[in-house]
Amino acid sequence: MGKLLEIRWHGRGGQGAKTGALLLGEVLVNTGKFMQAFPDYGPERMGAPMRAYNRISDEPITLHSGVTNPEVVVVLDATLLGKVDVTAGLPEDGVLIVNTPQEPGEIRKQLGLSGRKLFTIDANKISQETIGRAIPNTPMLGALVKVTGLVEYEHLITDARKTLTKKFQHKPEVIDGNIKAIERAYQEVHGE
Amino acid sequence: MSTKELVARTGNEAMAEAMRQINPDVVAAYPITPATEIVQLFSSFVADGLVDTEFVTVESEHSAMSACVGASAAGARVMTGTSSQGLILMAEILYIAAGVRCPIILAEVNRALSSPINIHCDHSDTMSVRDSGWIQIFSENSQEAYDNMIQAVRIGEHMDVRLPVMVTTDGFIISHGLEAISMLEDKEVQDFIGPYKAAYSLLDVGKPITVGALDFTDFYFEHRRQTAQAMENGKKVILEVGREFGEKFGRSYGFFEGYKLEDAEIALVMLGSTAGTARVAVDKLREAGVKCGLLKLRVFRPFPAVELAEALKHLKAIAVMDRSDSLSTAGGPLFTEVRSALYDLPSRPAMVNYIYGLGGRDITVADLEGIYQELQRISGGGQIQKTLQYLGVRE
Repeated sequence: MGKLLEIRWHGRGGQGAKTGALLLGEVLVNTGKFMQAFPDYGPERMGAPMRAYNRISDEPITLHSGVTNPEVVVVLDATLLGKVDVTAGLPEDGVLIVNTPQEPGEIRKQLGLSGRKLFTIDANKISQETIGRAIPNTPMLGALVKVTGLVEYEHLITDARKTLTKKFQHKPEVIDGNIKAIERAYQEVHGE
Repeated sequence: MSTKELVARTGNEAMAEAMRQINPDVVAAYPITPATEIVQLFSSFVADGLVDTEFVTVESEHSAMSACVGASAAGARVMTGTSSQGLILMAEILYIAAGVRCPIILAEVNRALSSPINIHCDHSDTMSVRDSGWIQIFSENSQEAYDNMIQAVRIGEHMDVRLPVMVTTDGFIISHGLEAISMLEDKEVQDFIGPYKAAYSLLDVGKPITVGALDFTDFYFEHRRQTAQAMENGKKVILEVGREFGEKFGRSYGFFEGYKLEDAEIALVMLGSTAGTARVAVDKLREAGVKCGLLKLRVFRPFPAVELAEALKHLKAIAVMDRSDSLSTAGGPLFTEVRSALYDLPSRPAMVNYIYGLGGRDITVADLEGIYQELQRISGGGQIQKTLQYLGVRE
């Protein structure tokens, strides 16, 4: 097995962390990369902390254990910070992307964090303005792809649209908003 | 061989898509927890007019399997899906489905049994009905789940077999995990499975039959013996279908798959998704010069005892991994059968058993490396301290 990239998504039930991970998987499936996307199921309740994961590699992935040392962590809800150990297993050079209106430096101070690369993006505001409600998963996907360079921007937009069109065939009005959210987050995510 | 664009599918989606392409005459199911979304997804195919299936909703899994038996006895191609408590609620009728030789296909997601309540992966549900007369095929990943579903139709409906088949995936790990798979065209699936022509039909008034008749001391034994013979016949058919599938679509299947097994001195034997994780452990240890391998069993019923003995006879030490516990205190169901299969070898490998991963407890590459290290110690002449061990449990 070649170099493996592992990603952990933190969110609260209803924010779409699982869908975000699955959407990333769908976007990657025809890039020649191999991927897995899976949630960590517990008692599913609106608002309860939950996690989802991706594995990405240039070679087939046969590993079916849980992800414990992700290189990238995506936090969909800043109220989880301090309550859930979002940096658990994240190496010194790992990447943390947080949905918050705050600056990366402020989050670093709040977490007392050393090392790691920190990025922030106000995904709630973006989704409110583009989709009409705070559903931060698609903007966080845009931010994640920008920070990691996992796929070309054009491919991201084309394949995300393709997947969303399939998923929302009975609700086409939300597709454009989600694409806009991905585009904006791709532009607006920023590091220290 | 078909070369197709890959699609992203969860194990549940892969199985539901296979059902759509098989386009059975009847699906009877109880599509709520503990069932996974397989039947729910299939019901949307019915609603969208993508299949011609008569979809029968019922009030329990017991009724689901009862309706399946009725439809199958009438000559229909029948499928259903369930998991965990749902499978054991079906248990009574699972035996009947096999006894009256209904080639029903069941998409089963391996999940733990209550109590305590748990929704995660283990093999207790499938193992608890291992003697029911159903062919049982395990899948490592979504691709295998998809391929196995399609092959199951051919295996179960074969005139020499005529037995029900359950195809399993590991709960959540595969059922809810998204992976890339290669799907066949609808027509390729239809051409491969062919039309179903039942030998007998309850509805054929020109050739009346009795199904599920009273069968006391005079014939019960003969019928159970015939079911055993059907299982025996199934072995040949499973291999033929797996080979033909490989010739047509590029992915061949047998009773089991060895990984770096031929020149190995130590090996693990297991079912399902853990084999994927174990491949990573094997690769790591091979780089360090350890002669290790693994055998992933695909077909648990019928049990390929002779073939397993042949494939494992050269090993010095084997650990059998059971993701369920029979609570016999003498080892899990896979262990006892694999060990029995090796009994007649002139020189037997040392064997140990690990019960692992119950209720979805994670199993890691490091866990598996630890087991290989223990096998190295045993194969080097070390004593087996405990034949049965519980991996990573708090005691």
